[in-house]
Amino acid sequence: MKVRSTLRKVIMGDGHGEFDIVIEPNKTTVDYFRELIKFRELFFFLAWRDIIVRYKQTVVGVAWSLIRPFLSMIVFTVVFGKIAKLPSEGVPYPILVFSALIPWQYFANALQRTAGSVLGGGGMINKIYFPRLVLPISAVIVNAVDTLISFALLCLLMLIYGFMPSPLIILLPFFVMVATLAAMGVGFWFAAIGVRYRDFNHIVPFIVQFGLYASPVGFSSSIIPERWRLIYSLNPMVGVIDGFRWCIQGTSVSLYIPGFIISLIASSVIFYYGQKFFRKMERSFADYI
Amino acid sequence: MQAVKIENLAKKYLIRHQMNWRLYDALGDWFARIGRRIRHPFIERSIPRNIEEFWALKNLSFGVEKGERVAIVGHNGAGKSTLLKILSRITAPTEGRISLKGRVASLLEVGTGFHPELTGRENIYLNAAILGMRRHEIKKNFDAIVDFSGVEKFLDTPIKRYSSGMSVRLAFAIAAHLTSEILIVDEVLAVGDLEFQKKCMGKMDEISHSEGRTILFVSHNMGAVLQLCSRIICLEHGQMVFDTYDVVDGANRYMSLAKVDEYISEWVNPGGKYENDYFKPLRFGLYRPDGSKNSGALRRSDELFVEIEGVVKKPNKALCVGYCMKDQAGNVIYWTYQSDQVKCPNEIPTLEGHVCLRSRVPLEILNLGKKNLELAIRIYNGEWIAAPGGSKPPALTFMVEGPVNDSPYWVIPRTGTNAINGTWKLA
Repeated sequence: MKVRSTLRKVIMGDGHGEFDIVIEPNKTTVDYFRELIKFRELFFFLAWRDIIVRYKQTVVGVAWSLIRPFLSMIVFTVVFGKIAKLPSEGVPYPILVFSALIPWQYFANALQRTAGSVLGGGGMINKIYFPRLVLPISAVIVNAVDTLISFALLCLLMLIYGFMPSPLIILLPFFVMVATLAAMGVGFWFAAIGVRYRDFNHIVPFIVQFGLYASPVGFSSSIIPERWRLIYSLNPMVGVIDGFRWCIQGTSVSLYIPGFIISLIASSVIFYYGQKFFRKMERSFADYI
Repeated sequence: MQAVKIENLAKKYLIRHQMNWRLYDALGDWFARIGRRIRHPFIERSIPRNIEEFWALKNLSFGVEKGERVAIVGHNGAGKSTLLKILSRITAPTEGRISLKGRVASLLEVGTGFHPELTGRENIYLNAAILGMRRHEIKKNFDAIVDFSGVEKFLDTPIKRYSSGMSVRLAFAIAAHLTSEILIVDEVLAVGDLEFQKKCMGKMDEISHSEGRTILFVSHNMGAVLQLCSRIICLEHGQMVFDTYDVVDGANRYMSLAKVDEYISEWVNPGGKYENDYFKPLRFGLYRPDGSKNSGALRRSDELFVEIEGVVKKPNKALCVGYCMKDQAGNVIYWTYQSDQVKCPNEIPTLEGHVCLRSRVPLEILNLGKKNLELAIRIYNGEWIAAPGGSKPPALTFMVEGPVNDSPYWVIPRTGTNAINGTWKLA
């Protein structure tokens, strides 16, 4: 019983003496995580709203989230596989492209959504209190749903080509997590700084566009010269995309472990400082929006 | 037991004298600061020239007991909204500390987070979640919310098809069903029709009385304050002016705080305004019996005159020159023209040349509060020269302050645009 009440105190807070909430300037909320848990339902309500609203008044509705990745997969297969004739390591080119396109689009959309989430929710920020991290995080949830749909398309593609994915595919969620860390981390920075300096909102599309070519989406990272690979892996998406390919194509490709570790560290660092920066800035969001 | 404790609260805003704050400016500032640092390494950092400090709140301290209903009053810019924003944790204070006991729900604006594409039902869930309600609480209160809002028939219609009144009703219904120990309300009652406003007031009364919740209420509407609150705190320039449990006295003191220069007593045509074929107004003003321009607040027993001076260019029998009186909420109290007093068109003295029209303002029929007069000039059944409510006609303002009359039983202003000393006799 005692354990339970202690646990309750840890989770719900035992208050600050007589009072439950103390508001002070520059007080970093120690129990921020607890606040996030308290508002856990808001994540899903906001994500649910965005998903529902997106396909209202569209004719084909949710099918759009299938059509878009499908079309880009075709473009990439034609451009890189047929015109540029990049090596595909014995895997059907659409699958090679698609297994990279899914993490990339997940990252790119998550980044764009999180970066715009705070300004997009400006009306709410001015009127009510909630941990502001709810906004970028629920943006990522919306995106995860899209990615699941794309993933279903990939499965279909593998069926069509009669391609048997390696059992390593169960490791996929781990790489999704790394991509999430990277996207959120970068997104937090842009979301927080974009509130004060709107200039940054114009930079995000460039990063996404440039990143598409800087990441091994349309090609395999094995074409990068050996001595550059470690530096190349500083781009967190290199490790993630390679990981995706490794999971799906199995032993035909090998995961470049040092590179992956660098990518993992890079995304963790970006994420850690991103959320720290966001939380530091969020107290003044309402003053600038 | 205290529910809210505010100690030495202050909030500073930095105002930039520039249209917007771009990265470029920030970098410029940064380099300038570094430059100064290098040139004068030992001088304390000062704020740049183009930034001005503005204290929206300064040294504010007070406590609120559990179950109290406190009205926070003050003129625009007095710091009320800033206080509510800090209390509801939307923005952080610069100095001081606030301690709160219990859950806080704030209604700074009803309908925040409503999405026009979603249906009423979906919006209830979404908005309630945004306001901090748990899913099981929403489910429990769902029927009560729908019932209170009266939008049952349109539950599955997107909000964008709702009338503005309907969405406001729905929003208030959700907010009214929040379960929190402290409720912060900002002017939400200024919306919706009269019937619904009454319902809202009733609900707020019920919340505070039967459920013992603490309410902090910001309003310019003294009627609502007097009906609902047990204490008035008045702010001015970010500081407390008074704090009283005598709400009637507090309301009167607040109303007499009205600043003189806030009222416009005269409008003079700057030259080219209102050029037309018939009548060009030159001056429109409010004057006391001794001919001086009106200044400050008036009693209902005072005398006040309106004067409209102008040039008639082309005499027209159908020319109507007058004004329209509105209350603070924009409701028309009455509308009058110089042509009202005649019985048949032939009797109208046709206006010619340079004229000055003078009319007594019937202060004794006006309820308390700020009144607006808008110039109204038109050709009857024809062209408008100055249209009240139209493209911003010249407007004058004045204030009627209490007491309403000498009766000891009519100290609290009643609702209504007008207040009349009715004559009563035993029949």
